[in-house]
Amino acid sequence: MTQEIGTELPLQQQESVVIRFAGDSGDGMQITGNQFTGTSAVLGNDLATLPDFPAEIRAPAGTRPGVSGFQIHFSASDIHTPGDAPDVLVAMNPAALAVNIGDLKQGGIVVANTGNFKATDLKKAKVESNPLEDHSLDGYRLIKIDINERVKMALADSPLSSKDVQRCKNFYTLGLMYWLYSRPLETTLNWLEEKFKNKPDLVKANQMALKAGYNAGDIHEMFQGQYEVPACDTMPAGKYRNIMGNPALSLGLVAGAELAKLDILLGAYPITPASDILHQLANYKHFGVITMQMEDEIAAICAAIGGSYAGYLGVTATSGPGMALKGEAMGLAVSVELPLVIVDIQRAGPSTGMPTKVEQTDLLQSIFGRNGEAPIPVLAASTPADCFDMAIEACRIAVEYMTPVILLSDNYLSNGSEPWKLPNLEDLKPIDQKFRTDPENFEPYSRDERGARPWAKPGTPGLEHRVGGLEKEHLTGNISYDADNHQLMTDLRQAKLMAVRETIPTPEVVGPEKADILVLGWGSTLGPITGAVERLQKAGKSVARMHLRHVWPLPKGLDEIFSHYKLILVPENNLGQMARVLKSEYQSQNFLSYSKVQGKPFTTTDILAKITEILES
Amino acid sequence: MSVTIAPLTKKDLKSDQDVRWCPGCGDYAILNVAQAALAKLGIPKENFMWVSGIGCSSRFPYYMDCYGFHTIHGRAPAFATGIKTANPDLSVWIATGDGDCFSIGGNHIIHLLRRNVDVKVLLFNNEIYGLTKGQYSPTSPVGHKSKSTPVGSVDRPFNPLSVALGAGASFVARTMDNDIKHMTTTINQSAAHKGTAFVEIYQNCVIFNDGAFNDVAEKSIRADKTIDLQPGEPMIYGKDRDKGLRLREFSVQRCSADEADIWDPTDTSPARAFLIAQLDQDPEMPNPIGLIRQVDAPIFDLEAKKQVTEAIEKKGRGKLKDLIFAGDLWDVE
Repeated sequence: MTQEIGTELPLQQQESVVIRFAGDSGDGMQITGNQFTGTSAVLGNDLATLPDFPAEIRAPAGTRPGVSGFQIHFSASDIHTPGDAPDVLVAMNPAALAVNIGDLKQGGIVVANTGNFKATDLKKAKVESNPLEDHSLDGYRLIKIDINERVKMALADSPLSSKDVQRCKNFYTLGLMYWLYSRPLETTLNWLEEKFKNKPDLVKANQMALKAGYNAGDIHEMFQGQYEVPACDTMPAGKYRNIMGNPALSLGLVAGAELAKLDILLGAYPITPASDILHQLANYKHFGVITMQMEDEIAAICAAIGGSYAGYLGVTATSGPGMALKGEAMGLAVSVELPLVIVDIQRAGPSTGMPTKVEQTDLLQSIFGRNGEAPIPVLAASTPADCFDMAIEACRIAVEYMTPVILLSDNYLSNGSEPWKLPNLEDLKPIDQKFRTDPENFEPYSRDERGARPWAKPGTPGLEHRVGGLEKEHLTGNISYDADNHQLMTDLRQAKLMAVRETIPTPEVVGPEKADILVLGWGSTLGPITGAVERLQKAGKSVARMHLRHVWPLPKGLDEIFSHYKLILVPENNLGQMARVLKSEYQSQNFLSYSKVQGKPFTTTDILAKITEILES
Repeated sequence: MSVTIAPLTKKDLKSDQDVRWCPGCGDYAILNVAQAALAKLGIPKENFMWVSGIGCSSRFPYYMDCYGFHTIHGRAPAFATGIKTANPDLSVWIATGDGDCFSIGGNHIIHLLRRNVDVKVLLFNNEIYGLTKGQYSPTSPVGHKSKSTPVGSVDRPFNPLSVALGAGASFVARTMDNDIKHMTTTINQSAAHKGTAFVEIYQNCVIFNDGAFNDVAEKSIRADKTIDLQPGEPMIYGKDRDKGLRLREFSVQRCSADEADIWDPTDTSPARAFLIAQLDQDPEMPNPIGLIRQVDAPIFDLEAKKQVTEAIEKKGRGKLKDLIFAGDLWDVE
């Protein structure tokens, strides 16, 4: 483990390391983190990353609100989270140090850019005395280096302006970290060639900065030795790429549409943290994808429903505030029974809340947040790569059951990354979809064995019919205010939801079939729960875990499973929304909500401590 | 587009549903004219698509025997944008009212017009909320007394033509529910236009705002109180066709018929159309009906679709494998 950091060996092996790069939002910390990630991935480490950036595009330079961070956890063994506490903190200025030092492990390494610790910098960061000199960092290993000056010297011959030279600082820093953890430079050198292929001066300057940083590790003996984190040998064999949640989700939508032999029509409105899906799909026109940036969230879902009516797979992607606006149109989609995938990348609320921070607070809004009885299946992705699989699953349910489907992700998944074992495309199951073309005995609200009505798109001769939000008469689809018919239609819509349930696998229990505690998670809590439960199981504790990816309707067979555990602990980044649902669905079971609503995901330590507390009480 | 063997008749577009508007409602006339006019357009029945929001007029799709989508309040333009972009072969029509279009749907109508989606909008303007039983609407005049404004409304109304022009509409027209011939001509003009066609129809609500347009639209005075503007025709009006209008600097002047200007709705600048649209504010002036503006502009649905077909032509239809097996890949043995 990492506690040995600082012992003086020329090359020391470590099992896993957590580094946090922190600087001003203009310092390029996200690029630095992504480069370190790419290099570590190619080296064969298991890894997980999480950026932490401000909602403001460019808060005033050097201030605390302007601090942008990127954390990477890379390991020689299987890991599940971006790590609780960093082993290394790279602080490009006093604000970055002040904001992040509280998270650093005791005895951890601080790499501080002394070039940015002048009196004015301290003042901008609202720091009273210079932490590099006032002994407040005595519990850590402090590495002081004037990166501003070093970059200036390294690039003395560069034709770039002195301002542009300073913008190469992040690659100097990256080079230094590459040296410390024995990483090769090739991946980043190649990336720079590609990134700035029309700006050779920039390629050269950044490459020189990277190499200068790397060489500095050797020459200046700052670290008294290098570390090595070997490749992870427990990852299943296959081809991998590193992926974040939103890109995985976008790819899953394209895959789902292809499996259903449909094209996507995305209606969207820019909103953090879902806009990436619009950006990405806008580049997939050659996959037949139409993207429409509409005038508001409501228009976005309405355009998507219009697309579905006309024979496309309608998709809309948003976050909590957008979900609230789309509610009425979701009800219409339930009433007209058309396929629609609604993606909600949850963020901290209420209202605008904290747009770049993590929460799971849209669960109840997704399940119940519509007028009338308007059942919609709700899914939740559990890891960045799982966003791919769950997007396909959302497409499957939407198309096969002619229903809107809500897919929940969140900020932790959308921005976090992990290695993705690429699927064998031949193994992906086709989605059963056919448009009605036969006018013989056509009734727009007749139903197949799944309870789905026929999909008859305009332009098809003989199938002219009207749909809308007024209650429909069973079979004919005519407007009906009949009391018995309304009961029947309400029941049929609910029955369709329960028919979806029949196709949902019961999630497996990881751990003992009977135990004191079952930790039950959903969505992005999978990583920290897995990490904590694994450790407790190794220590012989009576703990199992289970994870839900279908959150509404809930899978079959849970009641029986739950009955084998004295307590079911439900950690959630909300005030216990799933626990509330479970308590009403399985009233004889013993659920305990474990809530965290800080805009931050659970750490493994959080969950570990909670379970331990329960076991010891 | 497929070709129909037999041309449609008005009856072909009548659905089997009972029409449930109040007896005497202006909507009946609009429905009749729409069914008759659309049947003659040479478009197969299966390619007609009616979209509506909420309100009395928004029941319209149920009465047309073609594809129809009765959506939610104010949002018909957004649905229509999705439908038309998904399938530009469809002939897409929106039926909307003054509340649906300009209150709750105000944002959507301006963006539909801005984008110039090839959709025809029939605004049934009766200056009142009918289905919710008689509240003033965003086109009701100041001082209008209604259930929600017992001592008169204080908000200034929209002029639908001006709003449409302001949103950059490529086609703007006005007609009236009591002039079948004029309404037929106007609907035909809108059908022939490529791009969003915005047609305001003065529509009488017999229950909650009866006679709202009597001061201009009543048959006995109509000729003197309105001016029918048609492309290339002189701007003349009056029972005896003896009065005219001419545009001088930034004003519209009354003149004799032989001094009248020739009306050109295709002018690149919308300035004249704006001046004309304001005439209904002046009791001394005739109320403008007919074709206020018609210009060519890029059509959203075709342009959006073109980007897709061009991308496929250029790169070939995308292969999922290329998308997934991309970026920095590595093997684990």
